[in-house]
Amino acid sequence: MDSFNIMFFILAALILFSSIACVVTKSILRAATYLFFALLGTAGLYFLMGYTFLGAVQLMVYAGGVVVLYVFAILLTRGRKDQLSKNSKSKIFSTLLLCLVGLAIFVLGIMKYQFQAEALSAPNEGVLKLSEVGSKMLSTGDGGYLLPFEAVSVLLLACIVAALVIARKR
Amino acid sequence: MIQINCLLILSAVMMFAGIFGFITRRSTLAILLSIELMLNAADINFAVFNRLLFNGQNVDGFFFTLFSIAITAAESAIAIAIMINIYRSLKDISVEKLEKMKW
Repeated sequence: MDSFNIMFFILAALILFSSIACVVTKSILRAATYLFFALLGTAGLYFLMGYTFLGAVQLMVYAGGVVVLYVFAILLTRGRKDQLSKNSKSKIFSTLLLCLVGLAIFVLGIMKYQFQAEALSAPNEGVLKLSEVGSKMLSTGDGGYLLPFEAVSVLLLACIVAALVIARKR
Repeated sequence: MIQINCLLILSAVMMFAGIFGFITRRSTLAILLSIELMLNAADINFAVFNRLLFNGQNVDGFFFTLFSIAITAAESAIAIAIMINIYRSLKDISVEKLEKMKW
């Protein structure tokens, strides 16, 4: 049991607790906060795997952008009374049953399958260099991602225009 | 050393928590939060498979996660714009009030 394992178990407990609390809590603002902690735990998992750039992007985009956007939207659209999950007992029970059966099937499949690599070791220095990420992002050759990169930039532009058009005052 | 099963089961639990919230929530914003959970679980799987099974030159899973994060941000911006628009006309964003969009 080294520090790598201990860190993983702390992050796993954080992710499990906050993702389940996110969908059962009564207040929507609390749900957004629990989602934030689940996303932070995921960023920690990326750091643990050695993908530091991915972890930093996750922190910046989610913590700095998406969750703040959600909190603003929640505060802007307060209903008269928050009916977050007002369902009949049978619907909640059947949904829970559905999710548990699906999860059991997933877990069974994961346990049965023989993976090539069994265990994740602590990352050494050069799992993925940032210079390599940059050169792959802008290369057109084998394993290059220039076209998706440009497509995402067009998508973001379209997204800005669409958000302004949809949310404007008429 | 972390077993790969632990990471995959972790993301599976996150995925099904998202599905549970997606079905049981009544507020559209809470449904959107559940969708974020599901997308995040898929992102974890991409990164884990890339790190464990394609260690070395191949970094496709890494880039899939990166682009998925960008698309998630765009998607949530549009969805929130739509919800603010719904709130302006109906004063409520619960799914029961959105019956006009059904047909």
